[in-house]
Amino acid sequence: MKNSTSNSGQDQVCVIVGASHAAAQLATSLRQKGWAGAIRMISDEGRLPYQRPPLSKAFLAGETDADSLAIRPPAFYAKHQIECVSGKVTAINRREKTLTLADGNEQRYDKLALCTGTRVIRLPIQGKELAGVHDLRSLADVEGIRRDLPRTRRAVIIGGGYIGLETAASLRKQGIEVVVLERAERVFQRVTAPAVSAFYQRIHEEAGVVIHTDIAATAFEGEERVERVVCADGTSYPADMVIVGIGVTPNSELAEAAGLETNNGIVVDEYCQTKDRDIVAAGDCANQWDPHSGQWRRLESVPNAMEQAKTAAATLCGERSPQNSLPWFWSDQYDLKLQIAGLSQGYDQVVIRGNPDSGRSFAAFYFREGQLIAADCVNRSPEFMFAKKLLSQKTTPDPTRLADDTITVRNLMEEVTG
Amino acid sequence: MGYMTFIEHDGTRHKVEIEADKSLMQHAADNMVPGIDADCGGECACGTCHVIVDEAWYAKTGKINSSEQQMLEMTPEGAPTSRLACQIEITDALDGLVVHLPEFQM
Repeated sequence: MKNSTSNSGQDQVCVIVGASHAAAQLATSLRQKGWAGAIRMISDEGRLPYQRPPLSKAFLAGETDADSLAIRPPAFYAKHQIECVSGKVTAINRREKTLTLADGNEQRYDKLALCTGTRVIRLPIQGKELAGVHDLRSLADVEGIRRDLPRTRRAVIIGGGYIGLETAASLRKQGIEVVVLERAERVFQRVTAPAVSAFYQRIHEEAGVVIHTDIAATAFEGEERVERVVCADGTSYPADMVIVGIGVTPNSELAEAAGLETNNGIVVDEYCQTKDRDIVAAGDCANQWDPHSGQWRRLESVPNAMEQAKTAAATLCGERSPQNSLPWFWSDQYDLKLQIAGLSQGYDQVVIRGNPDSGRSFAAFYFREGQLIAADCVNRSPEFMFAKKLLSQKTTPDPTRLADDTITVRNLMEEVTG
Repeated sequence: MGYMTFIEHDGTRHKVEIEADKSLMQHAADNMVPGIDADCGGECACGTCHVIVDEAWYAKTGKINSSEQQMLEMTPEGAPTSRLACQIEITDALDGLVVHLPEFQM
């Protein structure tokens, strides 16, 4: 029985499954929007929400400690009556509006937010259980890596994506010999143009990282600890440590078992709502319909998690404000700050500003059918801010002017905005 | 214990207690000041924690590095005393600090 007339929803319970960026923002946004009922965040990670991006960067490099990763201080949750519960949700019972937990307990909800995130894809190869073989997704993973660092002279990283190359940079900073093995023909193949891949390959090689592409690891070998990585072409690479960073897969099984639609994640509309109007999803686990591009989007990024969390919280509070934020990403490697605005998939033209073949600063602008769709900016914050502005206004600059690095960004901006 | 004040574009004031060794951005986030969401967690990567420091306090908020400067140059609603809140370290010397929030973040 519902009775929300007398006490403006104080008896309502919103349960958030998960406790990462999306969950923390969703809880915060609920309170900002005046949610008066209980907020209960359930996670099996045994920690308050923490920043994941520094895990492969400053935290791995030993430049920061675990406490400083907290998204909000512990007192914040108490002050705003956000309950952080340790537990593993094993089932959603939509008819009864309850959750079943692994310890057998039940938890009722009026509104449910799924912020279940992703988990790493494991290489299905021999030796993956050996000591010294690590994933890199959670704080616990990186604490394990840090414990192994003193005995590590040589590391092999499987995967030349963001996690792999950020990890390579962090390990090189500590004097460790690093080999990166990438299955595709170039690093960052899934996300950038060849010129950007070539730039990052050069930067890493100049830093002493050995990168092999077009290569597949087939076994990790060693007695108790990993000692070498063996590849399909017969080569092998000695290793005191292996870090596997080949991607993640969304945690959507809970939603699927409850009869919610899933397809590469939990399917939600532009309001972050599932087909059950009391259930929303946000963050890396959510595959969202974007009416502007007419495409489904499941993004693995903190800014996206935060924006979806805000949208989802608004939806739970009865507002209807569709998500229309511009996707953006960043990656720190060595002294390089890569800032990405938009999504480059499907591009048919790339305009380069600056020289990626030498130096440490340039930008790549991606076009599709004459329209700007994305930009990768390396140590080029003005270009990044410019691109964000153009993309959110759906304005397209003249590619020839854009490529001319002698014209300042300020001038380009004036030309476009008039 | 010291205090500082955030003033929203519509004039709403948020007086928050100062905690030394935390950034201005963290103060905003920890006190749920609307409009500063700390998207990148304080890495000077997103430009979404733009504040305009009250002129009387500007000199006390410390030096701007080139990365922050570049972001600020392209920030809409930029002003001579603009800063990114993630790059201001709060100390007891900033007791009484007043900052204004822009209407929109980038």
